[in-house]
Amino acid sequence: MSTVEDSQAARTVAPTERRPARVAELFLLVLALAAGITAFATVGNALTGELPEDFWLKSFLLAAAGLGMHVVLRLRAPWADQVILPSVVFLNGIGLAMILRLEMSGASNMRGANAWSGLMYTALGAAVAAVLIWFLRDHRWIRRFTYTAMLVGLVLVVLPLFPVIGQEINGARIWVHLGGMSMQPAEFAKIAFAVFFAGYLVANRDTLALAGPKVMGLQLPRIRDLGPILIVWAASLGVLIFEHDLGTSLLFFGLFVAMLYLATERFSWVLIGLLLFGAGAIAASSIFTHVAARMEVWLHPFDAALYNAPGGSFQIVQGTFALAAGGMFGTGWGEGEPYRVPFAYSDFIYSSLGEELGLTGLLAILLAYLLIVHRGLRTAIAVRDGFGKLLAGGLAFVMALQIFTVVGGITRIIPLTGLTLPFMAQGGSSLLANWIVIALLLRVSDIARRPSSLPVRGTVAAGGAMHDPIVVGAAGGTPGTGTPVAGTPVRRSAGEVTGAAPSSHPTEMITPAQPDTRPGERS
Amino acid sequence: MSELTFTLLRLGYLVLLWVFVLTAIAVLRRDLAPRGAPRGTRSDRRREAAPTPGAAASPAAPAKPKRGAPTRLVVTAGPLLGTTLPLSTASILIGRAPGCTLVLDDDYSSSRHARIFPQGDQWFVEDLGSTNGTFIGDTPVTGPIPLAPGVGVQIGRSVVELQG
Repeated sequence: MSTVEDSQAARTVAPTERRPARVAELFLLVLALAAGITAFATVGNALTGELPEDFWLKSFLLAAAGLGMHVVLRLRAPWADQVILPSVVFLNGIGLAMILRLEMSGASNMRGANAWSGLMYTALGAAVAAVLIWFLRDHRWIRRFTYTAMLVGLVLVVLPLFPVIGQEINGARIWVHLGGMSMQPAEFAKIAFAVFFAGYLVANRDTLALAGPKVMGLQLPRIRDLGPILIVWAASLGVLIFEHDLGTSLLFFGLFVAMLYLATERFSWVLIGLLLFGAGAIAASSIFTHVAARMEVWLHPFDAALYNAPGGSFQIVQGTFALAAGGMFGTGWGEGEPYRVPFAYSDFIYSSLGEELGLTGLLAILLAYLLIVHRGLRTAIAVRDGFGKLLAGGLAFVMALQIFTVVGGITRIIPLTGLTLPFMAQGGSSLLANWIVIALLLRVSDIARRPSSLPVRGTVAAGGAMHDPIVVGAAGGTPGTGTPVAGTPVRRSAGEVTGAAPSSHPTEMITPAQPDTRPGERS
Repeated sequence: MSELTFTLLRLGYLVLLWVFVLTAIAVLRRDLAPRGAPRGTRSDRRREAAPTPGAAASPAAPAKPKRGAPTRLVVTAGPLLGTTLPLSTASILIGRAPGCTLVLDDDYSSSRHARIFPQGDQWFVEDLGSTNGTFIGDTPVTGPIPLAPGVGVQIGRSVVELQG
């Protein structure tokens, strides 16, 4: 399925609508960059009294990442959503500033904080996203890799279990070391599974939704339709059992239940999912000691024995203290003591931000996340093809679930898991993977919002189809005609029609009023 | 740095964060308008309200449903037999394309096959240059012609009619 050239689409499909100038995005981007760069400067000023090392270079890199993406979007995805990119740059900039602040604190347990590496991965992530948007003209092209994506996802999930390359850090075996580089393959597996579920469910949603017995008013699916889904469910359980990674397991499972629900609109799936999850959680907490320990830390963090135990509740209690120290308006950049919390720059960056920006700042950050997720779900509603709907919906949901799991873990709403806060926490894999997610969302939203010659149900096509007859197959110029844009189904060949015609009516073809300029395509 | 400047800077930064978030939400408010609705530009609205050449009343004007006026469109033959569609003041596009109001699963109909639309108190049917044509009885529909309730319109293998 090839896409239409931009220029052509603008000429034939949208005679009345201009390409958006993306001024709103540029304006928001400037605000977002101002937030990030001001934070860099304030951090340096508070800690050393002058601008931090390489301030201009760092600011330039961040601005280049954001503005570069903006230019790519202008050229290649002019109708893409205008709020997603600025929100991402906003979060990324603030996250980098916090990592820089912790690096500059010089505390012994903050040696892992490295703003440079974070910045490099941001630039790399933006570059990968730009390349993806530049070359991926239509998200439906990915659909042909449905089963490849499943395979890639499964391989990525089991990769850390291999003896030489896999590595266990802090009790979770989710790392892969290759030639001096380390990465968390689960972050990428998340994207692969979203692609797989979208492709698989869009092809099978009818059998999943309609076939099967009805039990107590709930439409249950048939066992044989569940094969590939059970494989992935088993993989997500395997992650929990063999890699000791509660968060990733929860993420995959949530993604899978949410996408089933999106595809089938059957509430029974949500119920089945919650029941399976509940059963799994209870079983896991009684069988596995590490899960039980997490639960214990969650329920009784202020227990003195637990607080002093290695791997106990010290971290989460310190995180809670940090949030309390921040209060309503925070201590200000560089004025708090967020370095007291272990892993304040990665797993606990949320509590660090809470300490220095306060609840007011945290709410702004959460709203920025909400904007990204909202735009993703909105894209899923707007896009016309089922694959795009499921892909955008699934990616947006998995991001929301990840944020909920991290923030919920730190604020002790749910047990703590080892997930990272997208775009903020230090970690190359997480940054790279989430930039790819953003690239996919932007691509789908471009296709969704691109003006189409086909009228949307119950509305009037661009160009006022209500008053002008739609002449199909006419040479350009008439509103409502033209090359099919993405979102139009591939037309059936003319052969199907000429072969047999309605028996009670003339069999000759009635030619359109205007000469057809594209032979071989039927109206 | 004095305490006051410091506090002002600290709060100023939070204000900057919220300015970003609120501006982004303001940008989104444009999106709340339903898709395809006129963007509020004056030329759009004028075109919407302008009377169609050859018709006395504007089709967009919400006319009170008269007694005996058709209220629904029913598929009386073909793969979608039994499907009904409530009539409003909007025109109904019939064809195989997913963007149509009535999407036919009929190999003999075109992507955008025919249009049934109200003008004044009367409903009209119009062929949109379909491959196999639109018929009332055995007469092909060439231009927009009035459509009375109960009269079957042949579109591909399907027949639709207006019912009161």
